Amino acid sequence: MDPSNDWKFTRREVLKMGAVSATALAVPGLVAATAAKDGIRSPVTAKVALEVNGRAQELDLDTRTTLLDALREHMHLTGTKKGCDHGQCGACTVIVDGRRINSCLTLAVMHEGAKVTTIEGLGTPARLHPMQAAFIKHDGYQCGYCTPGQICSAVAVLDEIRDDIPSHVTGDLTAKARINPIELRERMSGNICRCGAYSNIQEAIAEVAGVKA
Amino acid sequence: MKPFTYERATTPAAAASAAARVPGAKFIAGGTNLLDLMKIGVEEPAHLIDVNGLDLDTIEPTDEGGLRLGAMVRNTDLAADARIRRDYPLLSRALLAGASGQLRNKATTGGNLLQRTRCPYFYDTNQACNKRLPGSGCAAIGGFSRQHAIVGASKSCIAVHPSDMAVAMRALDATVETVRPDGSTRRIPIADFHTLPGNTPHIENVLAPGELITAVTLPRPVGGTQLYHKVRDRASYAFALVSVAMIVQPDGSGRVALGGVAHKPWRVEAAETEFPKGAKAVATRLLAGAQPTEGNAFKVTLVERTIAASLAEAKEAKA
Ligand SMILES: Cc1cc2nc3c(=O)[nH]c(=O)nc-3n(C[C@H](O)[C@H](O)[C@H](O)COP(=O)(O)OP(=O)(O)OC[C@H]3O[C@@H](n4cnc5c(N)ncnc54)[C@H](O)[C@@H]3O)c2cc1C
Ligand code: SF4
Repeated sequence: MDPSNDWKFTRREVLKMGAVSATALAVPGLVAATAAKDGIRSPVTAKVALEVNGRAQELDLDTRTTLLDALREHMHLTGTKKGCDHGQCGACTVIVDGRRINSCLTLAVMHEGAKVTTIEGLGTPARLHPMQAAFIKHDGYQCGYCTPGQICSAVAVLDEIRDDIPSHVTGDLTAKARINPIELRERMSGNICRCGAYSNIQEAIAEVAGVKA
Repeated sequence: MKPFTYERATTPAAAASAAARVPGAKFIAGGTNLLDLMKIGVEEPAHLIDVNGLDLDTIEPTDEGGLRLGAMVRNTDLAADARIRRDYPLLSRALLAGASGQLRNKATTGGNLLQRTRCPYFYDTNQACNKRLPGSGCAAIGGFSRQHAIVGASKSCIAVHPSDMAVAMRALDATVETVRPDGSTRRIPIADFHTLPGNTPHIENVLAPGELITAVTLPRPVGGTQLYHKVRDRASYAFALVSVAMIVQPDGSGRVALGGVAHKPWRVEAAETEFPKGAKAVATRLLAGAQPTEGNAFKVTLVERTIAASLAEAKEAKA
């Protein structure tokens, strides 16, 4: 089943290696296997129903659509940002069934029945979520691109601590998880800010958490 | 990304048999490794079998006094479980040292064990890589090999296994439970689960095609001081250059496994008899026959020093 686990090759894989090395092609069975398999596949669509920011959504999507692309391109909720698209930056962070995740590394079709909260669902310009208000007050951004992900992450971080989920910097694993500045920094490490607004982000979260930054 | 068909599996046995039946099928759990690789064309499954709906997300006691960790238990939930924190703190520590809060919320026990190497040449489809395309060569040998293996490597591949969780499980003598496409089940000791590259680096474990991980079991708790030290380029959210999973008993005996040094979690039980002699003796036995490259020779020293730091911390914790 796993193409990486046996000696099967698609034509694309052979093309992919391109100029690598002609002698490498002298692998037994390679050419025969190549001729036998020609993988031009057509797109496949599937239906998915989920709830986004309290609204029911029914979509018919290419199975390849990530949750991030479904939110941005199909539901036009462009608050959630695409940064690296590989789970390395955190700009795409949204809250699914109460947990923060990278929406770029999950498929929309895997979220049948899920409840998704994006930055648009946390608050509105007229009724800001306390975390949104705190980011504005403390200037927790510069260009603003990472901000929706930072805010969704921050909201979920405080819930994770309340739910007694420990972190890498938690001293005593058998004690209840606590909110303090070191904990906040470690737990926010999955959200990168290239402008370097970290100290202000930290102050905003600390204020909402009711601790000193 | 190449198009693929998609189905939600309803039972573990059905998932396994579907995987064997449909050509080019793969399981998808958290998706945090598989989708990453599909986006860049390193993985190109024709069919995805979503295993998230299988009832494999609980942690249950075993008759032997240990715990059975369902394959779909999220890394966050495993690290936060009160029994794990109390009786297997090494496992909590290793999990919490890996990835980010967002990723741990998705990543699963089974998927974490099967995550693929972070070798940059494996990720770059313009480069020769025997793991990605058997027979094409290895661009890391003679290339930038700072992150690569120092023990157990071969002329075909010098990649390392990137999991932190697996290193702790190796030290804890965990067992991987699976179901095969014909419905039969088996138990694989973690020591035998991951393989060395040899001349087949595209094979990374002993699973048969279509075989599904259903759980990982931990034997009864062994106590002692349990530590996981991960050395990396930044304080958080980075893969290990070297990691040390250690258990030290009050009498000074113990266990140690290494991450970041080999194609699998690295443990040499014979090295553990050297605990009374200290870090240098342990590291020398553990890394016997090491063949670092110019780019990663520093890891040999780093292993010894990280073992020394762990032993010192264990001593302090006892005092
Ligand atoms: C930016 C980033 C940083 C990271 N940092 C770290 C780190 O520091 N330390 C660390 O250890 N990890 C790290 N990771 C890796 C992360 O831990 C893995 O991606 C995750 O554990 C994989 O689990 P998953 O459930 O998402 O797997 P998936 O992506 O769903 O699957 C991975 C593989 O396992 C197979 N599979 C899944 N479940 C089963 C099953 N039950 N039976 C059989 N096959 C199965 C899939 O077919 C696939 O081949 C990082 C990842 C990212 C993106
Ligand atoms: S070290 Fe292994 S994974 Fe990296 S390029 Fe060489 S063969 Fe590929």
